[in-house]
Amino acid sequence: MAVGLEHYLTVAAILFSLGLFGVFLNRRNVIIILMSIELMLLAVNINLVAFSAYMQDLVGQVFTMLVLTVAAAEAAIGLAILVVFYRNRASISVEDVNQMKG
Amino acid sequence: MDALPIMAPALPEMFLAVAAMAMMMVGVFTKPERAPALVSALAIAALLATGGLVVAGGTAFQLAFNDLFVVDRFAVFMKLLALAGSILAIVMSEGYVRREGMNLFEFPVLICLATLGMLMMISANDLIALYIGLELQSLALYVVASLQRDRLRSTEAGLKYFVLGALSSGMLLYGASLIYGYGGSTQFGALATYFSTLEEAPVGLIVGLVFLSAGLAFKVSAVPFHMWTPDVYEGAPTPVTAFFAAAPKIAAMALFLRVMMGPFGGLVGEWFQIIWFISAASMIVGSFAAIVQTNIKRLMAYSSIGHIGYALIGLAAGTEEGVTGILIYMAIYLVMNVGAFAVILCMKVKDRMVEDVSDLAGLAKTRPGMAAGMLVFMFSMAGIPPMAGFFGKLYVFRAAINAELYVLAVIGALASVVAAYYYLRIVKVMYFDEPAETIDPIETRGLRVVIAGASVLVLGFIFYPSLLANNAALAALSLLQG
Repeated sequence: MAVGLEHYLTVAAILFSLGLFGVFLNRRNVIIILMSIELMLLAVNINLVAFSAYMQDLVGQVFTMLVLTVAAAEAAIGLAILVVFYRNRASISVEDVNQMKG
Repeated sequence: MDALPIMAPALPEMFLAVAAMAMMMVGVFTKPERAPALVSALAIAALLATGGLVVAGGTAFQLAFNDLFVVDRFAVFMKLLALAGSILAIVMSEGYVRREGMNLFEFPVLICLATLGMLMMISANDLIALYIGLELQSLALYVVASLQRDRLRSTEAGLKYFVLGALSSGMLLYGASLIYGYGGSTQFGALATYFSTLEEAPVGLIVGLVFLSAGLAFKVSAVPFHMWTPDVYEGAPTPVTAFFAAAPKIAAMALFLRVMMGPFGGLVGEWFQIIWFISAASMIVGSFAAIVQTNIKRLMAYSSIGHIGYALIGLAAGTEEGVTGILIYMAIYLVMNVGAFAVILCMKVKDRMVEDVSDLAGLAKTRPGMAAGMLVFMFSMAGIPPMAGFFGKLYVFRAAINAELYVLAVIGALASVVAAYYYLRIVKVMYFDEPAETIDPIETRGLRVVIAGASVLVLGFIFYPSLLANNAALAALSLLQG
């Protein structure tokens, strides 16, 4: 069986859903949320590269490079914010992010 | 060999980027006690100069960077609003940052970088440019929200904003990837051409559109993607909240309009219901949830959710008149919101910030000037004539009626009646309750000027409505023709 565009899209959709559920269902650790968000972005990259190869159009791969770069910057900022939060709260549990009700 | 890409239309953005980096150097190489004030002044000057370059660039339709970047009358209009919001945020922060342990030169630099992202968003003409602009803005905003790094509430606000913001960026990107796949291009122009030939939109494209609008709805904090707003508004330092409520909303709304009316203009039938729903839901949640709030920053968060709902009525109408209404609404929203936050920034008792609505008790007796300013802004937000806020609502409601969105217009009118309750409650607390503790006098001249200036604009709008309305109409026209 040849691996076609739809297979890549399915894998990406599954990965994206896993990431989405990881953000919402996880009650323990903020780091897991960061990992889930990364998973979502990687799913997007699979989508973009698959479309790019399918359409023989390089723009999708350029987009992927930019997404990777921005994701790295985002992770850096996220971890930095988590560190300052940890200094004040001495915990990174999701349940402890509860100073303000919302 | 291709010719060099045209870059001149992006001159304001390039200037601001270089200026922000230069300010960082200035901040590092001056004495720590002098750096924040110096960099703030430089930042205001740089933003003003950027505004000058935006105006000098002209309002003609121009493309740059191989069509990634577009300048038109709409972009100029929105950029000037966003720049005004950023400048006023820096002006208003002056006293607060000195008092509350936020006296860092990074603050104005980060505001400049966020503003740069906003300008990129407003001028984005491609899904890649859209994403880069959005992230440039968001990354700076996450940091600004948690800038008081020794306070739990500020860091928690930053963390919540970051997690939900990154999530929404992910959804937006997933949508963008599907649109790229089913549309065959990332350029708005090419997408618009392709979509106009479609008889029926493929399912993948609709899914992409839904994800993209979910991401954008998050950025304008429309229901059901509003959960972050009250917490971030409450936790973030007050000058930062004042900034969040103004400039980023305008940039995100500009992006929303450009995406929906540009590439997806031909698919109005597909997205009309989504916008209708988030507009109605935002108005209802914004008015009902604010009633029970005691913290004034939280109250302003729900108020801004409601205002975004009213503005989105214009997008649901999907007409030129609707876009004009949104532009007018956002301009008026900017002025009254900045004014209200200037008053909130003055709320301190013996050099300690207070944030409860009840702390305003008897303000009319102790600080009549401040109370009068707040009265004007609250009446305007409630939409009571002859204040400017009434005309903002009038324009979007009229667009809705002309587009035969009667239900949405009725929901809007009813929601604004409910919302009037909590705006008027603030007025009642200020004018009829017994004073509790005396609020300190207004600290900086900047705040005094902002309160007075915003009150004059809100009150004076009725005399020169055409000044704003004509420019907004021309801007809307340029967006729809572009």
